[in-house]
Amino acid sequence: METQLDAAALIDLIFLFVISIFLGVELISKVPSILHTPLMSGSNAISGITIVGAILATGLTPGSNFCTVLGVLAMTCATINVVGGYLVTDRMLRMFKSKLPSSPRAQPSAGKQK
Amino acid sequence: MNLVLINIIYIVASVLFILGLKRMSSPVTARNANLMSAFGMLLAVVATLMTAGLEFRWIVVGFILGTILGIIAALRVAMTAMPQMVALLNGSGGLASFLVGWSSYHYQPTASLLTTISTFLAVFIGGVTFTGSVMAWAKLEERGVSGKPIIFPGQNVLNSLILLVLILGGIIFSLHPAQNYSLFVLIMVLSLIFGVMVVIPIGGADMPVVISLLNSYSGMAGTATGFVLLNSMLIVAGSLVGASGIILTQIMCKAMNRSLANVLFSGFGKRIVKKGTEIKGEAKPIKPEDAYLILEAARSVVFVPGYGLAVAQAQHVLRELGDFLEKNGAEVRYAIHPVAGRMPGHMNVLLAEANVPYEQLVEMDSINPLMETVDVCMVIGANDVVNPAARHDQSSPIYGMPIINADKAKTVFILKRSMATGFAGIENELFYYENTRMIFGDAKATIQTLVAEFKQAAKT
Repeated sequence: METQLDAAALIDLIFLFVISIFLGVELISKVPSILHTPLMSGSNAISGITIVGAILATGLTPGSNFCTVLGVLAMTCATINVVGGYLVTDRMLRMFKSKLPSSPRAQPSAGKQK
Repeated sequence: MNLVLINIIYIVASVLFILGLKRMSSPVTARNANLMSAFGMLLAVVATLMTAGLEFRWIVVGFILGTILGIIAALRVAMTAMPQMVALLNGSGGLASFLVGWSSYHYQPTASLLTTISTFLAVFIGGVTFTGSVMAWAKLEERGVSGKPIIFPGQNVLNSLILLVLILGGIIFSLHPAQNYSLFVLIMVLSLIFGVMVVIPIGGADMPVVISLLNSYSGMAGTATGFVLLNSMLIVAGSLVGASGIILTQIMCKAMNRSLANVLFSGFGKRIVKKGTEIKGEAKPIKPEDAYLILEAARSVVFVPGYGLAVAQAQHVLRELGDFLEKNGAEVRYAIHPVAGRMPGHMNVLLAEANVPYEQLVEMDSINPLMETVDVCMVIGANDVVNPAARHDQSSPIYGMPIINADKAKTVFILKRSMATGFAGIENELFYYENTRMIFGDAKATIQTLVAEFKQAAKT
């Protein structure tokens, strides 16, 4: 019984995997090159989804101190990935501005602040 | 009931990730897209916390620690250091997968074949991503290692050997997980070593490819973790990221006219044994003050930034110069080569930081047909991406690489410290062209001088 369930689950998951790869390729091909850096850090933040695994590894391993240590480390890394990734992406995207509709302003000093 | 609810939330989160990537297709919607994706992540985390029987204490500890470190890193990093930041973020994602895989095996050594294969993959891909990213970071920072390719005899043989042991070990481990903890440790150690080995032969200028590839790996590591936990959302999210990395890697390789295998296995330095055609002629230096007179008369100016712009931190002052030129009636554009800088889109982020409107950032393919109408093309800290040898000199190592046709402009200014060659170590014949003028010195200082001239002129 165990093995049969396994095979069915495996096929379903592989199916999902293949479809998602194709979907990803379709989506990403449409991103213009000017946004490639934020795309990278943003998609990188999505890969922080391992945080779900880290939560389970930390919270569902009672009785094993070693697993708790591994879990906390994993949790920390995944959270850095998620929080840092989204935050830095937002910081970058905030900077992409369009030209103002009015005539080009001459405020050359504004750029020096950061 | 609870499980059903959790899975429904997972579906919503996956949809938010997909929409987040979809709306990245325009700078107008991109910020909103990122927030959507972040909200999806929040939902996923909240749903997971609803799992029955969770012990919260240590989850909170890890979460707080990671949040603090993540916020500090994200707020403090300079835009010029973004490739290093992304490398480290990739690495921490990889390490998380590695640790989850380890913990899962340690807690339950006997598991189904599917789980053990996935555990092996999570540890393998996660480990390679982790040390590979740290290595990439060190190379970018030139901390501890040089940015140049590190190559030694028998390297490819050794790497193949490590990989072979890893695969064989993985198969044996997957079939007999219970008695094989020491084999598992060997797999972990070799995965970490392999990550270092695959990145050291790659040179600084090839970093955009490596970072993209590691990005893909970090997604794949997440997917493998999803197979370990039989979690569909992890598989979807990980695959999306994996695909994004694959696409970016492809774009980068195409922009360098090299195959991925060539980037990964042949360290650029090695190919330069055959030298390009000997170049005759004399470079013509020009003072910034004289360059100003030419710029002042120009109706159309194109800047070509390269990694040197980031090194000199000259993006703000360049924008200032651009403003003055526009006020002076010139059309100003920034032509960006796909592999300029150390990661895809690096230059765009720098210029956006300096408040350059994104309409002025143009891609190589859109500017090249217009280059002949450009009065002045100013190359700042870029070298190989404007080398005309790529178009016609079959003996040149970069022959066939698409370039920005700076040489077709009426006048070309090259801002450069000295006549030294670029990262590829190739002489650039553009420096000796009839219409080329060299402005030697620090790029930032040079542009500042030009800006000062314009200010002076505005006053009188």
